[in-house]
Amino acid sequence: MSPQERLNAGLAQIPYVRFLGMRAELAGDEMTAILPFSEHLVGNPVIPALHGGVVGAFLEMTALAQLFVSQTQRRQPKTIDVTIEYLRPARAQTTFARAHLRRIGRRIANVQVEAWQDRRGSPVAALHGHFLLRSAEG
Amino acid sequence: MTDAILDAAELGREMMRRTPQSAALGFEYVAAPEPDVGAMKAPFRDDLVGDPVGQVIAGGVITTLLDHTCGLAISLALRAQEAPGAEAAARMGAMATLDFRIDYMRPARPRSDVIGRAHCYRITRSVAFVRAVAFEDDPADPIATAQAAFAINRAGAGA
Repeated sequence: MSPQERLNAGLAQIPYVRFLGMRAELAGDEMTAILPFSEHLVGNPVIPALHGGVVGAFLEMTALAQLFVSQTQRRQPKTIDVTIEYLRPARAQTTFARAHLRRIGRRIANVQVEAWQDRRGSPVAALHGHFLLRSAEG
Repeated sequence: MTDAILDAAELGREMMRRTPQSAALGFEYVAAPEPDVGAMKAPFRDDLVGDPVGQVIAGGVITTLLDHTCGLAISLALRAQEAPGAEAAARMGAMATLDFRIDYMRPARPRSDVIGRAHCYRITRSVAFVRAVAFEDDPADPIATAQAAFAINRAGAGA
């Protein structure tokens, strides 16, 4: 199974990922998560803009997907905490995100994620969080 | 007192109806212990599972629940202020999340509904500070707690 196939299969196992309509593409070891726009993701129909919770959830799932890509022997990590910074309204269009694993410890991973729409240099939101890594046995 | 509670119920239901994402998640209004507390329920659904092994509702659903509940709490805080324009500002779209921190104390119980409660403990002319908690049946045994700051756009005033 190629890394991309393994990632697709991992994401397909999570019902909530399907609910969001999120997918992810690998270019070598670099992963880009993609959230196509869908009407049901809207939080503010006046602008319209994606729900802040959806943006946060997409960032968190991107962090978990990146950990899944790089931690092949582990179970799904548990989120310990996340801080989400909202920079611009996420408009009714496709959103992208990339995660940076700042530190992978024995038990804890520190991860940063940034999401953007038109221009990567103008992110719509950023996340930093801590995730508890779990061994395959435990 | 009764009026305030009815207001909260009406406001909560209106916010859920007008927000496609909360309708898609099936959020329900639930009564809060105090008139200035916003409360909502995320009913468990198979398509919202984040950990298929544990059959636990996804963290992202809890994020959205708490964010949405914070919005309700701010609307209640704005309504409680007599200032003209508070009514209009209380509507959705008049506030934007600045930052949102969530701590996950423990996983939600398998196949369990989750309730979110939020309280806007401080509101200035342009910023609202909110705390929120997610739990199944006992707020003293939280699944997650959140702390957030929102920018407020009052009607007829600059940010």
